[in-house]
Amino acid sequence: MLRLEKRPSPSRFWQGATPVLAVVLTMIAGGLMFAALGKNPFEAIRTIFWDPLFHPQFADYSRPQLLVKAGPLILIAIGLSLGFRAGIWNIGAEGQYIMGALFGAGVGLAFYPADLWFIFPLMVIAGAFGGWIWAMIPAILRTKFNTNEILVSLLMVYIAQNFLSSMSLGLLRNPEGGGFPGSRNLSQYPAASNPELIAGTGMHWGVIAAFMAVIAAYILLQRHILGFHIKLAGQAPRAARYAGVNPTGLVLLCMGISGALAGLAGLFEVSGPAGQISIDFNVGYGFTAIIVAFLGRLNPIGILLAGLLMALTYIGGELAQFMLGLPAAAIQAFQGMLLFFLLAVDLLSNYRIRPALKKEAI
Amino acid sequence: MTRPELLRPELLRPELLRVEGVTKAYPGVVANSDVSFSISEGEIHALLGENGAGKSTLVKMIYGLVKPDSGRMTLRGAAYTPAEPRAARASGVAMVFQHFSLFEALNVAENVALGMENPPPMKELASRIKAVSEEYGLPLDPARMVGDLSAGERQRVEIVRCLLQDPKLLIMDEPTSVLTPQEVDILFRTLRQLSAEGTAILYISHKLEEIRTLCDEATILRRGKVVATCTPRERSAREMAELMIGATLTPPERAGGTKGATALEVVDLSVASPIPFGTSLKNVSFKVAKGEVLGIAGVAGNGQDELLLALSGEVRAARDAVKIDGAGVGHTGTNERRALGLVAAPEERLGHAAAPDMSLVENALLSGALRKGLTRNGFIDWGKTEAFAAGIVKDFDVRTPGTHVAARALSGGNLQKFVVGRELSQTPTVIVINQPTWGVDAAAAASIRQAILDRAAGGAAVVVISQDLDELLEIADSFAALNEGRLTRPRPVAGLTIDEIGLMMGGAHGMEVAHHAH
Repeated sequence: MLRLEKRPSPSRFWQGATPVLAVVLTMIAGGLMFAALGKNPFEAIRTIFWDPLFHPQFADYSRPQLLVKAGPLILIAIGLSLGFRAGIWNIGAEGQYIMGALFGAGVGLAFYPADLWFIFPLMVIAGAFGGWIWAMIPAILRTKFNTNEILVSLLMVYIAQNFLSSMSLGLLRNPEGGGFPGSRNLSQYPAASNPELIAGTGMHWGVIAAFMAVIAAYILLQRHILGFHIKLAGQAPRAARYAGVNPTGLVLLCMGISGALAGLAGLFEVSGPAGQISIDFNVGYGFTAIIVAFLGRLNPIGILLAGLLMALTYIGGELAQFMLGLPAAAIQAFQGMLLFFLLAVDLLSNYRIRPALKKEAI
Repeated sequence: MTRPELLRPELLRPELLRVEGVTKAYPGVVANSDVSFSISEGEIHALLGENGAGKSTLVKMIYGLVKPDSGRMTLRGAAYTPAEPRAARASGVAMVFQHFSLFEALNVAENVALGMENPPPMKELASRIKAVSEEYGLPLDPARMVGDLSAGERQRVEIVRCLLQDPKLLIMDEPTSVLTPQEVDILFRTLRQLSAEGTAILYISHKLEEIRTLCDEATILRRGKVVATCTPRERSAREMAELMIGATLTPPERAGGTKGATALEVVDLSVASPIPFGTSLKNVSFKVAKGEVLGIAGVAGNGQDELLLALSGEVRAARDAVKIDGAGVGHTGTNERRALGLVAAPEERLGHAAAPDMSLVENALLSGALRKGLTRNGFIDWGKTEAFAAGIVKDFDVRTPGTHVAARALSGGNLQKFVVGRELSQTPTVIVINQPTWGVDAAAAASIRQAILDRAAGGAAVVVISQDLDELLEIADSFAALNEGRLTRPRPVAGLTIDEIGLMMGGAHGMEVAHHAH
């Protein structure tokens, strides 16, 4: 039998190597699953990981999609990672993303059809505010009444979804849309739109915001006392109190940042790639970002890479559905495996595996 | 109770347990190397050694928790190889651990039942607990909730649990660390009664006077090896200490500094405990002058942790309940108090005073950021922080491969030196320390005490909370005790008797009648 032995200090090598190992194990297990579904596993893996970037026919369309999809994932995951580091579990980024989009789009549409320079900046502020206020609900419930922020933030997602349907059927519905649900298309309203900045790259303001968030989070965690306190609160809550960290303030701060960034992601999405508020506006970025945050080891640079990888599996997954007829559920299971293996092999950074030579009573 | 002192009972009684050439190694450390000793029936045998000398590993092997790498053990002449504690108990070996394994939300009888292989029905068990506890002078109410019991009473639950199994050998790991002097007397009477009835007792301790009064024989361990065996009554405590440590000890020097103005004043401080089953502080008042060391004694769990939290600022109170140099700070947090010169070192090193997975550099930042100016506009100056950490390591002789190792990689004593050093290096005017030398070897303990005294000589007001009476008497100018969250009026140490100290600590918690029957 094997046994686990705790390392005196976490292994730096394995901290870097576990994500790579997890990706490899996911490819193997995923390949087996695809084979069991009667598909050629090598072709399926190639379609998911290689074709979106290099396929002669599809790459022109799918390559810009990489940034379009990675942008919101990275932006949300950066916010979540700060809370996760501090032991504050915001699971409801999806709801904050929806509320950011609704607040931002609502402000933009209120000015329609005026053409004023400050409309888009105002929408950005409103979007961040929408996500922030939605995250404040579980944050304040936790600090005032000690409720569990995991449950409350998650349940707030379903409220946000109902709010979204109600808005796209009612208040924000396009008056010139012939009665169909959904708002006016913001991409056709230049003062409120978030266009592709460089043609053919998928780069829009949301992607720039995501890169800025990566840099800011990196500096915060490496150089600033606040980042130190966030890490401390997660690793040793009593030591954090001793160091002078105010636990209430930290919950409000971390939930607030993650909510605001998720709201921003929603705003940039609704004013850019999605274009309008509709019943099915949200596609799960808020939940996938949780995987991205952990895949990136809650490290800003790691999250940047993990966001790109996750976006690739999204695009590749769609491609595999379309080209090979793989069911959508198989792609989701494949993404789930990635998180599963990551958490499983994560053990290696704190423990080493040793063969149990002697039987010893424990 | 009377015992024929002229007869050496161990010479007359048959041998019970023999340990021969036992060795146990862990990765990187040999815990026991070729250890041999034996205990006769009814003998009280001391196992003496510093922290890390290998006492715990040795008794864990006897109790079946750890398997020796080599060597053999015999019990009444037959080979004895317990695979697990259950087998040890079946052979008549019982153990009372230093840290109790009791459920606070269950009553005494339920707790006892949980530790038995085949517990009898509750009613019968309750009457047996009553009978055994009275027979041995350890009164216990089987229906009481363990959460409401004092540390001494909790220990009685553990002892009674062992006695119900009618053991031949009772192992006791540092049993007096949680007792008042009066409770220690009662325990010793119980142990002597057991011994007279033929139960052997293996008594682990580093308190030499206790061993001299109680034990028939002593085996002294140092770095995993038996360095001496002796009859404690025939040796002085100093002789045994030097055998234990392997060096001569220098007691700390006192400068006898002059007392100045009051630096820390606590007035009628009452706070609810933030810890479940903790002890709330009730109307605590005291003053400490510049240059004075106030020692606060008390049995564990009488409000020591809560007092430290209330003084450090982790638990807040009324503004004027805590005053530094006359300014009310009771309502402020840790950093506001640090700014005024108060530093605090909590008892629990890993998880409270230091973050286990963070490096020493990061742990230096943890409490030193403010007073050492390690941040500018919130941005951390890592170079300066590293220099601060390196300075602590050097000044306080912290044995570590470097400042970038995780705190949990350090031994308890070294981490304690680091934590105390970190606080003392911040030019404090008020120092509050809970258990400054807990789990630290004698040489390191002496250097920590010396450093505290040096700061006091330099004009700092010092509050030392400790369960080690010898330590307090050695370094404190005035003395007070915590008992169920109340603090006695501080008295000068000079002229205090051990009896008076015991009464200040709460006497024997209603156990005075315990041994009347005998």
